[in-house]
Amino acid sequence: MSHSKVSRRGVIKTGMVASAGLALPQYLRADSHTGFTNAPGDSEVVLGFNVPQTGPYADEGADELRAYELAVEHLNGGGDGGMLSTFSSKALDGTGILGREVKYVTGDTQTKSDAARASARSMIEKDGAIMITGGSSSGVAVAVQALCQEAGIIFMAGLTHSNDTTGKDRRANGFRHFFNSYMSGAALAPVLAANYGTERKAYHLTADYNWGYTTEEAVRSSTEAMGWETVNAVKTPLTQTDFSSYIAPVLNSGADVLVLNHYGGNMVNSLTNAVQFGLREAEANGQNFEIVVPLYSRLMAKGAGANVSGIFGSTNWHWSLQDAGSQAFVQSFGTKYGFPPSQAAHTTYVQTLLYADAVTRAGSFNPCAVAEALEDFEFDGLGNGPTLYRGADHQCFKDVLVVKGKENPENEFDLLEIVEVTPVDQVTYAPDHPQFAGGELGACNPGA
Amino acid sequence: MDQIILQILNGLDKGSAYALIALGLTLIFGTLGVVNFAHGALFMMGAFVAVTVSKLLTLSHKVVDETRTDFLGNPLEVDVPYVYDWFGQAAGDVLIDWAVPIALIVVVPIMILIGFAMERGLIKHFYKRPHADQILVTFGLAIVLQEIIKYFYGANPIPTPAPSAFVGSFDFGVAFGFDPNAIIYPYWRLVYFFFSIAIIGAVFAFLQFTTFGMVVRAGMADRETVGLLGIDIDKRFTIMFGIAAAVAGMAGVMYAPINSPNYDMGMHFLVLSFVVVVVGGMGSLPGAVAAGFMLGILESFASMSAVIDFLPGINQIVIYLVAIIILLTRPRGLMGRKGVMEE
Repeated sequence: MSHSKVSRRGVIKTGMVASAGLALPQYLRADSHTGFTNAPGDSEVVLGFNVPQTGPYADEGADELRAYELAVEHLNGGGDGGMLSTFSSKALDGTGILGREVKYVTGDTQTKSDAARASARSMIEKDGAIMITGGSSSGVAVAVQALCQEAGIIFMAGLTHSNDTTGKDRRANGFRHFFNSYMSGAALAPVLAANYGTERKAYHLTADYNWGYTTEEAVRSSTEAMGWETVNAVKTPLTQTDFSSYIAPVLNSGADVLVLNHYGGNMVNSLTNAVQFGLREAEANGQNFEIVVPLYSRLMAKGAGANVSGIFGSTNWHWSLQDAGSQAFVQSFGTKYGFPPSQAAHTTYVQTLLYADAVTRAGSFNPCAVAEALEDFEFDGLGNGPTLYRGADHQCFKDVLVVKGKENPENEFDLLEIVEVTPVDQVTYAPDHPQFAGGELGACNPGA
Repeated sequence: MDQIILQILNGLDKGSAYALIALGLTLIFGTLGVVNFAHGALFMMGAFVAVTVSKLLTLSHKVVDETRTDFLGNPLEVDVPYVYDWFGQAAGDVLIDWAVPIALIVVVPIMILIGFAMERGLIKHFYKRPHADQILVTFGLAIVLQEIIKYFYGANPIPTPAPSAFVGSFDFGVAFGFDPNAIIYPYWRLVYFFFSIAIIGAVFAFLQFTTFGMVVRAGMADRETVGLLGIDIDKRFTIMFGIAAAVAGMAGVMYAPINSPNYDMGMHFLVLSFVVVVVGGMGSLPGAVAAGFMLGILESFASMSAVIDFLPGINQIVIYLVAIIILLTRPRGLMGRKGVMEE
C-alpha cells in the first residue's frame, strides 16, 4: 500500500501560488484593462525619444533631441506653436494629446542596434512610453522598429534612409517620414544628366553595410537607366578613416564620376581625400571629373568644409525652404536655439506632430487605431509640400530636394543650396518594387 | 606598374603615421616598460592642437551688416577675426592659412607638458603592476581624453585645411613618363611623408649621438646597472615619455589636413600601431619604423579593387594576417630583442 503525500491543502496552496504567479505579469501590465501596451492615465502621456547621445552621430542626435523638446513644448501649448499653425490638420490645439500633458523620456542609442534596443525596451517597460521615435542610422531604426512591433508600440522613425526600413524590414507598427535611397536616386539622376550629360562612367565607393548597399543599388539603377555606365563599385569598411587607397585608382579606372555612397564621418573623409587627390580639377574621357554624394546632411557638409562646394546630392529638407511650414519651424527652432535646424531635427519634429495628430484624430492611443489614422493620411504644411503616408508600406511620399554644396557660403550654416525640388510623382514607386521586395507589414500589434 | 607605384606611395604616408605612433609606443615600452594604450589619444590631441590653433586664429567679434540678413531675417552679424584688427586683413589671412604649421610649433611644449602630467600623475604608479593593469589604466585614460575632446569640440569631424600653397596634387605620371593622371599624389601627403622621415631621423640621432640618448639606451638595455652607476634613469625616462608624447602630437598636427580630426581618430591608429609595434618587435625602434611602413604599404595594396575581387574582405584583415604569419615565424617580431616581455 502506498501513501500519497499529496494533501488537499497542499493542492489548494500550490494552485493559488501558481495562479498568482501566472496572473502577476498580466496584473503588472498597466494596459491589462485597455487592450494595448502602456495605456496612459488621464493627466499625462509619455513619449520615448531614442537618439544617439554618444558615439559618432551624437551631434545629429543632439539636434533631434532639440526638435523633440520643441515639439513637446508646442504640443503642450508653449512657445509660438511652430508648425501647429501651418499643419493642414487642425486636430491639435496645444492642450497636449487628447487632453493629456506630453512628457518625455530619452534614451541613448549610441548608434548601436543592441544599445538602441536596450534603451527602447527600458523606456517602454520602465517609463511606460506609449511611442518610441528617433535614431540616426538605418541599422538602429530596423532593430528598434522590430522591437516596437513585438512590444505593441508605435515606432516613428527618425533619420533612416535605407530602403529596407520600409522595404524588406517594414513593420505594421513602424512609420517613416524621412525619404529613402530609391528616392535619392530617382531625384538625383535627371539633375545629374542635365548637368553632366548621359555619357558618363561612374565609379562607386560604398559603405559596407545595409544603407550603403541600398543607396548604391538605387543610384546605379537610376543613373544606368539614363545611359550612365558603372565601371566599378568597391565596398569600403565602415571603420575606414583614410580612403586614399580606394580613391587613388579612381582616376585611372576610366571613370569620370565618383559616387560616394558614404554617410557621416565616412563621407567627410572620403570626400576630403577625393579633393586632396585632385579629382575636382581632373579631366577624364574629355570631360571634367565629377563627384556625387547621394545623401547630404548639413552637419556632414560642415565637417567636409569647402570640399562640398559644387557637389550634388539629395536631402530630405533644408532650412532655406520658403514655404510657411518650414519658415515657422526655422523661426521657432532658431529663436530657441540660435541656429537653424538640420534635416534630422525637421523629420523628428514632424514625426512627433504626426503621431500626436493621428492619436487625436483616432481618439485613442491604441497603436492599431493610431496606425489606421496614419495610413494613407494626406497632409500639408509640414515643410515638404503635400505629403502622403502610404498605407501599403508606411513610407511618406513627398517632394525631394536636390542640393549642391554652396560655392561661396556666407556663414557656417549656409553650406548647401537647393538646385531642384523634385516633384513627388518622380520619386514614387510601387510598394512591391524590386528594391523594396521581400517585406510584409504584417498585422498591427497593440501589445495586449 | 603605375598602380603599384601609386599604392606604394599611398602606403608610405599611411605607414608614416603608423611609424610615428609606433615609434612613441615602443620608446615608452622600451624605457618605462609600460604598454601605453593612451598613445593614440596623444596623437588625437595633437590633431586637436591644430584645430584649437585654427580656432584661436579665427576668433572673431561680431560686426552688424545692415545690408544683409541672417536665417531669421535679422541684420546679419558678420564674424571679423581679431587677427584682422591686429595685423590687417592680408597678414591675418596668411596667419589663418598657416594655422597647421603654426600649431606644429606650439604642439611640442604642450604635448611634453601633457606627457609629463600623464607619466608623473598616473602612469608611474603602475610601473610595478602587471602589463594587464597598465593596459587597462591607459586604455581608460584614452577614453577619458576622448570624451573630454568630444565635450568641447563635438562628435563631428572638424575640417583643418593645409596651407593653400600645399593644396592640390602632384602628377608623378607626367614627371616619370606615365600617362597623365596615372599617378596623382597630394602635396600635403608628400610633406607628411618627408616630415615623418625627418622626425624619425631626429629621434634616432638624438638617441644615437647625444650623451642623454646614450644613457637612455643604456637604461633600456640594463636599467639596474645604470641606476647603480648613480644615474637618475627614472628622470630621463620621464623626459623620454614627454618626447614620445611630442612625437605623437606632431604626427597628429600634420595629419589634421589629411583627415578632418574627430575625437576617436586616435583609437583607430592605436590598434594598428600596437600591431606594428608587436610585428616590429617590442621595444625595437628600427623594428617599429620598418613594420609601420611595411604594413602601411600592404594595407594599401590590399585595398586595390583587383585584390578585393580576388580575396573579398582582405583589406580589413591583411595587417592582422601578416602579423600572425610574422609572429608564427619570428615570435619576437621582425627585430625584437631576446628577453623583452619574456620574463
